[in-house]
Amino acid sequence: MAEAVAVEEKEPLFSKKNRQLLKDPLDDHNPITIQVLGICSALAITTQVKNAVVMTISVMFVMMAGNVIVSLMRNGIPDRIRIIVQLVIVAALVILVDQVLKAFVYDVSKQLSVFVGLIITNCIIMGRLEAFALANKPWPSLLDGFGNAIGYGWVLVAVAVVREIFGAGKLFGIQIIPDAFYDIGYMNNNMVILPPMALIIVGIIIWIQRSKNTALIESH
Amino acid sequence: MKFIKNIFDSVRPNFEKGGKLEKYWPVLDGFETLMFVPGHATSKGSHIRDGIDLKRTMVTVILALLPCLLFGMYNTGYQHFVAVGQEATFMEMFLYGALKVLPIVIVSYGVGLGIEFLFCIKNGHSIQEGFLVSGMLIPLIMPVEVPLWMVAVATAFAVVFGKEVFGGTGMNILNPALTARAFLFFAYPTKMSGNSVWVSTDGIQTVDGFTGATALGNAVEQGMAGIPPYMDAIIGTIPGSIGETSVLACILGAILLIYSGIGSWRVMLSMLIGGYVMGMLFNAWGANSYMEIPAHHQLMLGGFFFGMVFMATDPVSASQTNTGKWIYGFFCGLLGIMIRVFNPAYPEGIMMAILFMNVMAPMIDHYVIQGNINKRLKRVKAVA
Repeated sequence: MAEAVAVEEKEPLFSKKNRQLLKDPLDDHNPITIQVLGICSALAITTQVKNAVVMTISVMFVMMAGNVIVSLMRNGIPDRIRIIVQLVIVAALVILVDQVLKAFVYDVSKQLSVFVGLIITNCIIMGRLEAFALANKPWPSLLDGFGNAIGYGWVLVAVAVVREIFGAGKLFGIQIIPDAFYDIGYMNNNMVILPPMALIIVGIIIWIQRSKNTALIESH
Repeated sequence: MKFIKNIFDSVRPNFEKGGKLEKYWPVLDGFETLMFVPGHATSKGSHIRDGIDLKRTMVTVILALLPCLLFGMYNTGYQHFVAVGQEATFMEMFLYGALKVLPIVIVSYGVGLGIEFLFCIKNGHSIQEGFLVSGMLIPLIMPVEVPLWMVAVATAFAVVFGKEVFGGTGMNILNPALTARAFLFFAYPTKMSGNSVWVSTDGIQTVDGFTGATALGNAVEQGMAGIPPYMDAIIGTIPGSIGETSVLACILGAILLIYSGIGSWRVMLSMLIGGYVMGMLFNAWGANSYMEIPAHHQLMLGGFFFGMVFMATDPVSASQTNTGKWIYGFFCGLLGIMIRVFNPAYPEGIMMAILFMNVMAPMIDHYVIQGNINKRLKRVKAVA
């Protein structure tokens, strides 16, 4: 027993297992494309890349901090009220994020509107707290939170890039489709701005992902 | 004909297993079965084959669509010359319309078949003829002034997301042609609604009093006073999408479809009843001038008949059970008129209603079948 503990203490910060924690959520266990969690925010706030990036950073902060705090408290939280404890922690962090956004990027905060508050109910965060932080040490929990936030974020940004380019002809608010295109009859696609098209874009990402990563295809 | 067959025979070895172009077998197969009746014989299972295969079904629908297409060409020209106030003979009108409509048809077929071929080659399927009808339906439900690249984008979207992602011909949940139209309607509303897209003017000065609005567009604003006379609406000399204006042409198509057994008369009849019931309800309500349009007149406007004959009856996306067809058709008509009147922003409520009912059709079938099972179970228990 003593030996086992000693071995664990010697484990390097980025051991293979820990690197796996970072890598898995990007592809094999991506929260959006594989677990299909956090879809509502992915559909709602991806009309502009800027919003998607801000949302990703917010979620990343809440997820990493929440994971670490819950992980530190994991031995003290009574099982029966653990959901409430997790909610309180996440809610406190989200209020922090909300205030920071309002103070420094007010316009983005306005556009994200209710979806900042809804980070509390983002299934990815609760999922990671329940599934990982409650049973693991702070450092792996931090990595896990970071990995999942990145996994969530790249899908968000990818969707937002497509939607902003085809919906508004812009990227980060800068026009990238030249005026000459509009002169010869090109038009922005309003459908891309609507949530259904975001769902279809997520579907395309899942399609591409599965055609590359055949391990994900169900056998039936 | 013999020499075409010789060509196929001479190139076939290249495409067969082990040949240089083995991968492109579906392309050859597709063209060959388009030209000749396939010589495939049944090797096991049932040996009774109906002469009517998918291809002949599709060709029959195309035949049924011809009156709409031809009338659409004529009407495009007619509307143009009326709008610019010029005299023209019948042939001039028809030729003008044909020149406007044919490019849309070609783009629709070119893009749609191209994508379908790609998917077939990639998946190694033989090419199905499912797109033959969709490719004809798409141009007929477009405004004449729609840019060709939009037709191409919408067709690509409809074929990939309306059909191929679900498994190709016969597996689609939504009607591909309506998917294309709905896509354009939401993606580029300025080119799919309003007053400037239904009549092609070629930039020529129009006569005084010309608005270019469709009958439904006028009905929203002026009610009964704005819609064309009953006979015009039936013959179809009114502005609208290319092939949808003529009730008469649609009925000709309907007769062929019903006679050949390809289109379901249950869907058509129940949809007509559904639309009529809703129209009567609105007449009784009469809250605004739109609602006061007589039900029988309401049904002659817009795409109601075209949707009823060619869209709702799509054998894949409609309900499969007979009882289900009655329910499905009834609600197509009911919801179509309801959406049209309640929400003037969606003048083409029929499109929305049919797409909505396409999604509901499997559920209707499920409950019809369950109901039947329960009924028969009860009978068994009563005997036992």
